[in-house]
Amino acid sequence: MPLLEIKDLSLDFRSAEGAVRALDRISLELDAGETLCLVGESGCGKSVTALSIARLVASPPAFYAGGEILLQGRDVLQMNPRELCAVRGGVVSYVFQEPSVSLNPVFRVGAQIKESLKIHRPKQATDEEVVRLLKVVGIPAPELRARDYPFQLSGGMQQRVMIAMALASEPKLLVADEPTTALDVTIQAQILELLKDLQQRLGMAILLITHNLGIVAEVADRVAVMYAGQVVEQAPADLLLERPLHPYTRALLASVPRLNRPQQALTGIPGTVPTLSELPSGCRFAPRCDVARPECSQRVPDLLAVDSFRAVRCPFHDAARESATQEANKA
Amino acid sequence: MSLLDVRDLTVRYPVKPGLFRPATRYLTAVNNVSFQIEPGETLGLVGESGCGKTTLGRAVLRLVEPESGTVWFEGEEITALSRDALRARRRKFQMVFQDPYGSLNPRMPVEDIVGEALDIHRLARGAAREKRVGELLRAVGLDPSYANRYPHEFSGGQRQRIGIARALAVEPKLIVCDEPVSALDVSIQAQIVNLLKELQQRHGIAYLFIAHDLAVVENISRRVMVMYLGRVVEAAEARALLASPSHPYTQALISAVPSVDPVSRRQRIILPGDAPSPVHPPGGCPFHPRCPKAQAPRCSGELPELREVVAGHFAACHFAEGQDH
Repeated sequence: MPLLEIKDLSLDFRSAEGAVRALDRISLELDAGETLCLVGESGCGKSVTALSIARLVASPPAFYAGGEILLQGRDVLQMNPRELCAVRGGVVSYVFQEPSVSLNPVFRVGAQIKESLKIHRPKQATDEEVVRLLKVVGIPAPELRARDYPFQLSGGMQQRVMIAMALASEPKLLVADEPTTALDVTIQAQILELLKDLQQRLGMAILLITHNLGIVAEVADRVAVMYAGQVVEQAPADLLLERPLHPYTRALLASVPRLNRPQQALTGIPGTVPTLSELPSGCRFAPRCDVARPECSQRVPDLLAVDSFRAVRCPFHDAARESATQEANKA
Repeated sequence: MSLLDVRDLTVRYPVKPGLFRPATRYLTAVNNVSFQIEPGETLGLVGESGCGKTTLGRAVLRLVEPESGTVWFEGEEITALSRDALRARRRKFQMVFQDPYGSLNPRMPVEDIVGEALDIHRLARGAAREKRVGELLRAVGLDPSYANRYPHEFSGGQRQRIGIARALAVEPKLIVCDEPVSALDVSIQAQIVNLLKELQQRHGIAYLFIAHDLAVVENISRRVMVMYLGRVVEAAEARALLASPSHPYTQALISAVPSVDPVSRRQRIILPGDAPSPVHPPGGCPFHPRCPKAQAPRCSGELPELREVVAGHFAACHFAEGQDH
């Protein structure tokens, strides 16, 4: 049994102007000790998916329109408030993008970590355990730093404190939502290294949300690419980066500037992501797709398995890849 | 003659211990920086947060006043101009900002955001102004019929296009682009980088392109300058700098960039700690406390000068050696 299994999850945001479907039949699986990356551009639904795992999306305006989220075999959507409390920050811990906003500015960081311990491991809610956790995430002089307020720490140190807090409950799943986006690259490298190291030592599963395909290449075992509320491609990370199948994944990779290739022509993707209230009929990527055919705008393609590892939501992905290879050969 | 010639520019900010108490210390944001930009070329400026790259970009346009040093634009000393004279010269050098949400007035239609520059420099009025705004919007890839819309009706990428149209309105020779693509999604980022390149080819504009993303900078720049704690630590042709960096900081910075290409994944240099505060910069080489190659006592005692290690490749490190590119 996988640690986490999301099956056909749909979520609507309802407002006075009507409902929009933010997640459309999302299915994901994550095993213990594995790293899954959710990739996509702003507004594609990756954060909403991640927050749904502990049912952290405020309802209203959000309403689950179908599907299930099985965490250790139990459906999170059916849990009562007490069971949810054990999941939130317990089995599943979160690390968010902006550590300076996530930490409470008026409490010492040690006290904030202890609070998490009091809730999830009350017997070990001691100063020694706080110091041990700070040491685990690589904070120098942890006894002193525990008495600091968040503003006294740099962004990288604050993110380490957030991770220490997330680890306090000994979670089975760590959800990291753009954990390094607010940090400089040298600090980002430190934090990614720390996450990899912690995963090996503690055997947690990690769901990492990012828009940076370079980070995917560094840490992911498997990847799910999202576009406009749907998963459009799922594959092992190395396969996806070497041989992307969906035209959106291909276009996304072609937009990433690479180091040591100054002459690389960046193709970009024409147009913008559609708003959820005005989704195109048929394939949601069709209006921006360079290999779209007339039939693409008639019917929403299904996410179909290509082989036992990969699934893609494009019936013409073979043709798309051929034309890309031809172009590459020409160039 | 260079289009822009910056000599020994230093910018300091006072650090006030309290609201009404006078400054007792200074933060040197830009320390003795010199460089040139030729007409129509792009100089990339990279570095981590707090290294002084934004302050340098602003000081070049005299949006912040430098403490010492001079800035020459087309042979004229910008740093010696009176306010009025400076205002007239600003037509020649413009700026594009990072945040496409914060840098456009939400109460102005696009027509006025772009047209205001024309009004200030008295370049076009009435029907001519309307026509020129339409041309500018078309030049940045926007439909001229959007002219009477407001910023909130546009996406981030479209807003950045409006910011670029505004800078273009006065036909500048130099645009300082301060992180113009870092707030954008990668597919949109590529669109904007391509637009900037195309505009450069068509109008011969020079860019000072500030960014923290090395790959973007390499893609758009001819030369690249790396800053650390207010100082330039390395400067070279883009390709040479990225392929064979001489300064240990540049080496670590490049190795920290997560790479999509499995073949190019190299040994990563993880720097210990954070960049020190520029209020208390370390003595000697500013990078020595984090440097994997630092040697006592030289690195902690002696400030390395920016010297030419190979023709056209400058580095400020005692131990930098030239490598063939």
